[in-house]
Amino acid sequence: MQTQELARGFADPVLEAQGVFRAAMWALSRPGQPQELTVDLVPPAPLSPEAAALALALCDYETPVFLDAALAAERAVADFLRFHTGAPITEDPGEARFAIIASPMELRGFSAFAQGSPDFPDASTTLILQVAGFADHGFMLEGPGIKGRIGFGATPLPGDFPAWMAANRALFPRGIDLLLAGAGQVAGLPRSVAIKGA
Amino acid sequence: MSAMPEISYNFAYLDEQTKRMIRRAILKAIAIPGYQVPFAAREMPMPYGWGTGGVQVTAAVLGPDDVLKVIDQGADDTTNAVAIRGFFEKTAGVATTTATTEASIIQTRHRIPETALTENQILVYQVPIPEPLRFLEPRETETRQLHALAEYGLMHVKLYEDIARHGHIATTYAYPVEVAGRYVMDPSPIPKFDNPKMDDCPALQLFGAGREKRIYAIPPYTSVRSLDFEDHPFKVQRFAKPCALCAATGVYLDEVILDDRGGRMFVCSDTDFCNDRQEQGHRGEMAAPAGEAA
Repeated sequence: MQTQELARGFADPVLEAQGVFRAAMWALSRPGQPQELTVDLVPPAPLSPEAAALALALCDYETPVFLDAALAAERAVADFLRFHTGAPITEDPGEARFAIIASPMELRGFSAFAQGSPDFPDASTTLILQVAGFADHGFMLEGPGIKGRIGFGATPLPGDFPAWMAANRALFPRGIDLLLAGAGQVAGLPRSVAIKGA
Repeated sequence: MSAMPEISYNFAYLDEQTKRMIRRAILKAIAIPGYQVPFAAREMPMPYGWGTGGVQVTAAVLGPDDVLKVIDQGADDTTNAVAIRGFFEKTAGVATTTATTEASIIQTRHRIPETALTENQILVYQVPIPEPLRFLEPRETETRQLHALAEYGLMHVKLYEDIARHGHIATTYAYPVEVAGRYVMDPSPIPKFDNPKMDDCPALQLFGAGREKRIYAIPPYTSVRSLDFEDHPFKVQRFAKPCALCAATGVYLDEVILDDRGGRMFVCSDTDFCNDRQEQGHRGEMAAPAGEAA
């Protein structure tokens, strides 16, 4: 039998999880304004350190996790997440509480994920999108957490992304929430945010 | 491992799985402003009604670099505030303060500080009854549906009945608000005087109800509108006299009974704000003269 070394998790699970959560909390409280995310993890590729940190901080046995095709193709990724979080890995995006997307360009919209119900809109998927970097232009954002309006961009994102976001906003209070992670930062796009053109 | 407090609790008392569960609820609460997210509230080493919800939210959010302030009806020195401050000093080893401007997290029971809050602050409210419609409709299944349909006619009828009976809206605390144009929310039993401070507030506002097992939130810079009518616009309380100790006007005052012959004074409910003003030399009509110990 071959054994592979498992990549380690947080060195200090209590305080690192707290720090990562706080970054995610401020990211969703200030949509489109990337927050610093210090990560000292070397997860199995193609899982990024930032996405791995968010998963380790937020996922456990209560949260089925969906992996996109790129991540699902590498067994080490599921092993890493299962070992460190105990979260079940699901192939059904509709039952996932978290979905980790390593290749945002392969995404085909948000509708396959759990949208929550009118009575329980919180029972929806949170998408963790791995991105390469952020910009302060691309599209304009408005909504709770934003003073006036701000510019936001991230790469790579599919061309239909603004249309999906608009459709997601139209579902409010149902809908998915997004955490975009990369380059030592995390940005939030909660369902409450409205995209106002480029 | 990082420095742990001497008593062998986990950092900030709660176990990590509980914190993750609360943190996930907080993230969803922020994404759906004003919506009450159900969460599996734990029993805390204090009775229900003493801020178990607020304490759990604070414990889930708190980090070692935070500076915590706890107020009870605006005061830093009342039993509830002192006990909760001591709890986190003991279980998390965090720095505490009474100064609003120095705090990164402020846990509050029934007041919003007079000093304006800033972008890097988190205000955690202790909430007894999170459902604004509860006294109008006791069934949880029904109130949940009313929120789903944004059917808030009942609340307007209640406010209208106030006007019919008293000639004005007689609700003075826990005055219902509409958050980000969608959910009607109970702001916890803060005096309606504080409602305008919630609107477009730069700080993050988190609400925890322990017994009722609900968490809700208002992100920074979010519209919070107190419900009213065109011909009966929302109005806050006004006070006839300034604070008897610091002479502040435009602040919320508590009535203090002085004797059994009708003697009374009105003083700031926010003790930190009042002390600051007195240190700056402001003197109300019943304050000790400058230089003398109070």
